[in-house]
Amino acid sequence: MKTAPKAVPAPSAEALRLDAALRLLQRAGHDLGDGPRDTAWLQRMLDALCDLSSRDPLTGLANRRQFEVALERECDRVARSGESALVLLLDIDHFKRVNDAHGHGAGDLVLQAVARCLQGCVRPMDTVARYGGEEFAVVLPNCPPAFARTVAERVRRQIAALQITVGAGAELQITVSVGGAFAPPWVRSSARLWTERADAQLYRAKADGRNRICLEPQAVSLVSAEEKGLLFAATAPAVLDADVLHPEPT
Amino acid sequence: MTAPSPASAARARILAVTSGKGGVGKTFVSANLAAALARRGLNVLVLDADLGLANLDVVLNLHPKVTLHDVFTGQATLEQAVLPAPGGFSVLLAGSGLVEYSRLTPEVRDQLLAVIDEVAPRYDIVLLDTGAGISDVVLYTVSLAGEVLVVVTPEPTSMTDAYATIKVLAMQQERRDVRLVVNQVARAGDGKGVAAQLQQVVDRFVSPSVGVPVRVSLLGDVPTDPAVREAVKKRQLVVETQPGTAAAQSIATLAARLNP
Repeated sequence: MKTAPKAVPAPSAEALRLDAALRLLQRAGHDLGDGPRDTAWLQRMLDALCDLSSRDPLTGLANRRQFEVALERECDRVARSGESALVLLLDIDHFKRVNDAHGHGAGDLVLQAVARCLQGCVRPMDTVARYGGEEFAVVLPNCPPAFARTVAERVRRQIAALQITVGAGAELQITVSVGGAFAPPWVRSSARLWTERADAQLYRAKADGRNRICLEPQAVSLVSAEEKGLLFAATAPAVLDADVLHPEPT
Repeated sequence: MTAPSPASAARARILAVTSGKGGVGKTFVSANLAAALARRGLNVLVLDADLGLANLDVVLNLHPKVTLHDVFTGQATLEQAVLPAPGGFSVLLAGSGLVEYSRLTPEVRDQLLAVIDEVAPRYDIVLLDTGAGISDVVLYTVSLAGEVLVVVTPEPTSMTDAYATIKVLAMQQERRDVRLVVNQVARAGDGKGVAAQLQQVVDRFVSPSVGVPVRVSLLGDVPTDPAVREAVKKRQLVVETQPGTAAAQSIATLAARLNP
């Protein structure tokens, strides 16, 4: 059986090996101040380490770890509140060509420019993350379906309009493909499934020719003319004409 | 209230009965199916989850003093609200006209979940009789059920709405198996055609988009029967009062297939 951990007094800073952590923080530009190394100082250091471990060092965006935390939190919230929340996945089109033609330094500059632009396109409450190599993700809580395309389109356009200086006189323009999906409100779902649905849309955007947005259709309850056509196709059972077969008694 | 079966330490099977379109006999199927399941020795509860426009009380000719509303507002206990229905099963009635529940608020959501969690261990089967349409209340109620029964009639509007329901459930709730009850068929056996037709459209448009096969399995059909009209008018259960009729027997068949 598990026993509850015994309450122990907070360790004094002198009793801990801190040099590796301090080096990391210093390098990342975190200043813990010159004050006494008391509990408050230790707390500041832990906060700074948490911050460091949740960010992507190149772009300063949330990293994948932090993104997953935010996504899970939002997934739970949506299941409880029924609010509409959107996740967007973005991938820089033909990013390999940038690296191949201009070097990895140029690739890094492109990633940083896209990150800055993305952050500027969304609200402060939205979580923007570097999801993987040249892939970015945004969680947008409380985003009504009617605005989804507007937001995604703004992101796509502003990134396409960027003039990214990558060296002496070299300016690059890039485009992104965007996939988006809404969390299913009210029902228990998973963050993984939500991301997969957005990823399926991103795949579609790529397959359809890149530099475009594909959002998972919201109005899945709507039945298209094509679906109705098949539902009442010639092979339909003769029982379909219910008014003839089930006359209302007069 | 029916005595809880001692062996039912496990949770009840929870079945949502839904339809898309209203007026297809969803509540009629829920109530008669419950009676038929009770006849098979099962401890059954029907929960009227049509919180906005409940009419299970009308179908069963009950005049409840205590409803789900009183449980939600803390004015009654669940034990007080669970009533015996003619037909040997229990009901939890919503009470008609509770307009405040036609929209799903976090409170309604939590209360409904709490009620279902509380009743689940006491029964063998709980039927959730949902409202018509594909509102968030309906979708939420269905999400609480392990199995879904879609009631449909062979009319084009009913089939279209049943299809829309199946599609939403497959896409939003990962339902991979939906059972169909085709009500008001001209002849016993006609339900097969309706199920096949729905399956065909699901195969073409729904399964490919969710990436896995979604099955529409026919639980059975219920023929149009003058006895039904008569029973509904008298607010009786056809399986109780006229068990020999075609409609009553087909409902008994549904129960037997649900609980072989």
